[in-house]
Amino acid sequence: MPEPGIRARLRLAYPAFALDVDLALPGRGVTAIFGHSGSGKTSLLRCVAGLERAAGRLEVNGETWQDGDAFLPTHRRPLGYVFQEASLFSHLTVRGNLEYGMRRAGLPAGTDGTAPVVELLGIGDLLGRRPDRLSGGERQRVAIARALLTRPRILLMDEPLAALDPARKSGILPYLERLHDELAIPVLYVTHSVDEVARLADHLVVLEAGRAAACGPLSETFARLDLPLAQDEGAGTVLDARIAGHDADGITRLAIPGGEILVPRRPEAAGQPVRLRIAARDVSLALARHEDTSILNVLPATVIGFADVAGQVLVSLDAGGTRLLARVTQRSWDRLAVRPGTALFAQIKSVALF
Amino acid sequence: MSDADLVALWLTMRLAGLTTLLLLLVGTPVAWWLARTRSRLKGPVGAVVALPLVLPPAVLGFYLLVLMGPDGPVGRATQALGLGLLPFTFAGLVVASVIYSLPFVVQPLQNAFEAIGERPLEAAATLRAGPWDRFFTVAVPLARPGFVTAAILGFAHTVGEFGVVLMIGGNIPGRTQVLSMAIYDHVEALEYGQAHWLAGGLLAFSFAVLAALYSLNPASRPGRRRA
Repeated sequence: MPEPGIRARLRLAYPAFALDVDLALPGRGVTAIFGHSGSGKTSLLRCVAGLERAAGRLEVNGETWQDGDAFLPTHRRPLGYVFQEASLFSHLTVRGNLEYGMRRAGLPAGTDGTAPVVELLGIGDLLGRRPDRLSGGERQRVAIARALLTRPRILLMDEPLAALDPARKSGILPYLERLHDELAIPVLYVTHSVDEVARLADHLVVLEAGRAAACGPLSETFARLDLPLAQDEGAGTVLDARIAGHDADGITRLAIPGGEILVPRRPEAAGQPVRLRIAARDVSLALARHEDTSILNVLPATVIGFADVAGQVLVSLDAGGTRLLARVTQRSWDRLAVRPGTALFAQIKSVALF
Repeated sequence: MSDADLVALWLTMRLAGLTTLLLLLVGTPVAWWLARTRSRLKGPVGAVVALPLVLPPAVLGFYLLVLMGPDGPVGRATQALGLGLLPFTFAGLVVASVIYSLPFVVQPLQNAFEAIGERPLEAAATLRAGPWDRFFTVAVPLARPGFVTAAILGFAHTVGEFGVVLMIGGNIPGRTQVLSMAIYDHVEALEYGQAHWLAGGLLAFSFAVLAALYSLNPASRPGRRRA
């Protein structure tokens, strides 16, 4: 019985840069490959695709794509690849682009075959157009559809939003979230955006100078103080919660390990899963529970650790099984005079739900 | 125009057409290789291809005559194969023209292939297209403006050649006498009227070709971007 998942032991040496990783990644869900520019994110993805020839071994859901001298060329690997720039074929219409890969993958082209993916990405009105008549966001959606239509066994996405302006970015993120919910294949998603990691990823690989600084489930890695993520303005925690119920006064209760989080009324029905993100800058600390505050979410927590980040203190907390990060000023930290192990209260000013 | 002029015109068109066809067949792989290789031979091969641009046609024609003559290596080979000798035949003219016009076909193609870049080919590979498939369904269509330019330049340049034709073909009416030769003969014989007909025709033809090239070829149209 082949083991599901991705095993990548890859080494690639350039004069000024070397990639050297040994990764075991889950066989489904979105794995974000995070790192700053030059950390080797794109090289890693290109090695998985066979666009670069690394030394080592690569297995994807039980199939060996590379092992020593055996090297499956890119066009024989059942993968989908979305480049940073859409890279559509400018001599073909949108439909021509979509069908290019389908035909070669031996799938019946035509409306029946493309309909679900075309609908998923909202590109039904664009099929007759030429790529140079599309906006950047439309092009990228077509590129994603083109990759998905070959029914790949893994989807590789190289910063698909990086070339888009913020408005286009927020226009395409909902489509990526739908992909995340509906795809049964693993997705490797290269990004340098903490926000995209928080919204889309289940699993995280952090690359630094061609090596994996961390690799693990998002809930464990995202809030780590020792990774570059902690340096980011968007540092915080990501929690997978469920809608526990709706109260008559316009409040929705979310169940998290160790308690509940209250948010303004949500459209989702009770029992639905939601992902919420609590930024470190939105969490403050108090030694006593204050009832005379407008802040609804006050959770008892224990200090686990702390780190200096850009002149402030990033505090790691355990709130009854839920990990939280709080960012406080050095002066507040000194005044509180807490140490790892101290029990206190985390006041959560706001929560982002995806 | 006299009958002899019409024969020269027809011969010139046949020569240029056949030469262009052969050049596209030979030049495409050479241009593809030059556009994509990282080999150290790229420089020397590129220089050999470009030689006809700078070499006086008489020099090129002279060496081709020596090579293809009865004592030259090519000449011996063609004789051994029972093909006879190439100089002063139509086939010899075609071979010489292909070499003479090679850069005019290879360079536009090479530029067009280089302008495509790696990315569309990589995208095609991730969509299951093998190397030949990628070449014919992505590289060739995307390089179409380059093919149009190459074909027009190759054809027009072959029509206009003189020195190489004179060395290799001589001036045999009906066999190797092309338009430029016919013009030369008319001028020698002080038949300026007939020379004007042919020379003016060539001038108009050249202008029409270039005008078509610059106005029809999308590559030279400003404001067009690749997706």
